[in-house]
Amino acid sequence: MNPKIIDEEKFSSNNYLGQDILAPAKSWYVFLSLTIALFLNFLPLQGSALILRPDFVAISMLFWCVNQPHKVGMSLAFCLGLMMDVGNVSILGQHALAYCVMVYFALIFRRRLRMFSLLQQAPQIGLILLIMQISLVLIALLNDAIFPGWHFFLASLTGIFMWAPISYLLCIPLRPKPDPDAL
Amino acid sequence: METTPQFFRHGPGPLARLMFFALLSCLLMAEDLRFKYVPELRPAIAVVIHPLQQLAHFPAQMYDRVEAFFASFHLLQENNFLRQRYLSDREQLLRLLALETENRQLRKLLGAVKQIETKTAAKAVMAEILYTPRDPFSHKTTLNKGHQHNIQAGQIVVDDKGIIGQITRVSLWASEVTLITDKDHSVPIQVVRNSLRSVISGAGKNNELELRYLSVNTDIRENDLLVTSGIGGVYPPGIPVAKVSKIDRNPADTFAHIIGTPIAGVDRNQQVLILSLVPPVPNNPAETSDIESKNN
Repeated sequence: MNPKIIDEEKFSSNNYLGQDILAPAKSWYVFLSLTIALFLNFLPLQGSALILRPDFVAISMLFWCVNQPHKVGMSLAFCLGLMMDVGNVSILGQHALAYCVMVYFALIFRRRLRMFSLLQQAPQIGLILLIMQISLVLIALLNDAIFPGWHFFLASLTGIFMWAPISYLLCIPLRPKPDPDAL
Repeated sequence: METTPQFFRHGPGPLARLMFFALLSCLLMAEDLRFKYVPELRPAIAVVIHPLQQLAHFPAQMYDRVEAFFASFHLLQENNFLRQRYLSDREQLLRLLALETENRQLRKLLGAVKQIETKTAAKAVMAEILYTPRDPFSHKTTLNKGHQHNIQAGQIVVDDKGIIGQITRVSLWASEVTLITDKDHSVPIQVVRNSLRSVISGAGKNNELELRYLSVNTDIRENDLLVTSGIGGVYPPGIPVAKVSKIDRNPADTFAHIIGTPIAGVDRNQQVLILSLVPPVPNNPAETSDIESKNN
């Protein structure tokens, strides 16, 4: 048996050891970020802005699941989903289930995702957002709704573009401050 | 005895948790759609998110206010315009009054049963659309008036052109409007041109209504105006609902395929008017008097 040739480039320690080590987030910070995300989701937009608006709650939920999974859990995702359902006047439990599915995939893939940089993470996050939206559509279709058209999934696309900026913003307060006394 | 140290304990795995919450949300959905055992659940959550919704509504409100401030420079013009408008409307109103008296007299001559009061409800409440859902599946919106403002389920919501929908759920400070484009919502209507009566239902799509079960040879044309007929006592009569936009008469089908476009800005208004409930109509005045006379 040939020993597998290990691609040194791919496994160089810079790739995954170079990433920032984040301080554990305070609970109030997590809570604040999710409240702001809910606020952004409730903005009364109309027309194409409404179609293109990414699901901020889903993105910030994913950020916490990938980076600090002990801070948020599926129960929180479930509660946020219920709030979205009531705000959206949709079936009670529709967003809740979709968010739980999303958190499940985020928890499974979080170690893998952490290996990549923010820009490389974005398409994979987009895939998870797409799964979330597909489950939303499936639930609605089971309830005799009419398929909303493919533009419904544009929100996942904008979510891909928003992932890096949102993650960067959420990371800022978690970065360890440079110690002036250090060598 | 539990020997695992605190640090290693994680609780059930992700899949187990997902299964639990999936089951929970399926139960909730079934409850919400079919059984409705806990109707208080939704208003309770609505109260929790209301401050956030109110806050999210604030930028739009600020925008309106700033716009109104700049608009106030044209107040004189607007005042003149409104005065002219008032005069012309006044003239029409006077004619309407004359017609009403004439109508009453003619009815008296014909010996017709006393007409149901045709006046559309007087006490109406202005409301603002708090939130239009992103969700393309639900044709419902949230208004910023609720129980506290004496709103009741069943009231009709209109804008300056026609009917928008009907209030179906009321929480403390907000209420839900089911739009006329909702798939499960119907409005009794009447064609203005020939007073043909029917019921129009939502098509479940944006800006589309459906006239179902009208036979292929029905006298209906494109651009016919459809107004509420007032039958059923929920909608006051005479308010514009839709315009017929497409008719597809396929002789192979029993019914014509008739599509209408709502006249009111169902999906683009900010301010709407909630009409007060239409007073309940006595079942059949002639019959009741008959029974009374029999009893006497």
